[in-house]
Amino acid sequence: MQAEKALFIVFAVIAVASALNILLQRNPLYSALSLIGTLLALSALYVMLRGQFIAALQIVVYAGAIMVLFVFVIMLLNQPKDQPQIEKQKGLRYLAIPLAGLMIAEMFYVLRPIHLSTLPADQSVGTTWSIGTALFTDYLLPFEVTSVLILMAVVGAMVLARREGD
Amino acid sequence: MVPLSWYLGLSALLFTIGAVGVFIKRNAITIFLCIELMLNAVNLSFVSLSGFFGDVGGQLFVFIVMTVAAAEAAVGLAIIISIFRNRESLNVDEVDSLKL
Repeated sequence: MQAEKALFIVFAVIAVASALNILLQRNPLYSALSLIGTLLALSALYVMLRGQFIAALQIVVYAGAIMVLFVFVIMLLNQPKDQPQIEKQKGLRYLAIPLAGLMIAEMFYVLRPIHLSTLPADQSVGTTWSIGTALFTDYLLPFEVTSVLILMAVVGAMVLARREGD
Repeated sequence: MVPLSWYLGLSALLFTIGAVGVFIKRNAITIFLCIELMLNAVNLSFVSLSGFFGDVGGQLFVFIVMTVAAAEAAVGLAIIISIFRNRESLNVDEVDSLKL
């Protein structure tokens, strides 16, 4: 099972490197493209965790639809490069690093006692069949509420992005 | 097999990177991207716990989180567009009319 660990390390490194690249890039378009890298690496990890349906959904919905929306808006706005860099709260920048250290330390403290290391033998958890069955029986109400939420988001987005006087 | 703690550690690391990004970035769209990164980090821990405990509920929660992320992206980007129309800027430090 060393191969699985090697695969995990490869995809984890890709995910973390693209996530750091989001912070390092100055152009938001490059940040968005790095986020797509993180999403693809995460979907590979979902396959290793037997979440095949979620992995496909991650690529189709997240990397396909949501990120296209982001890239479209970034290109639509096309912010001029020569704007003065206004930064009113420089203290936040120095607060961020101790905060990150604190969260990492907390992670080590919480994760040390966890020793679970084998997936259960039941192979049927992440399949489309099991997710569809659960979604339309036990979780029917959240599913329907989600559709109302999407409708509200569509109407809200159209109202907010409309020009004055239309 | 890969232990559960590795997946949870990766998830916490990605969440931390996203949180740091929200603190140090001043561009509204990049802050938004960092929020998406944090959502994805949480999704990873949901899927890993769901896989290790053999319960489909975690993956359904990821499904719902993705839908909410799509709705949030649509509304948030519409707000960003209207801020850009009014201020000609995406810098969040220039949008401080409420800070009186």
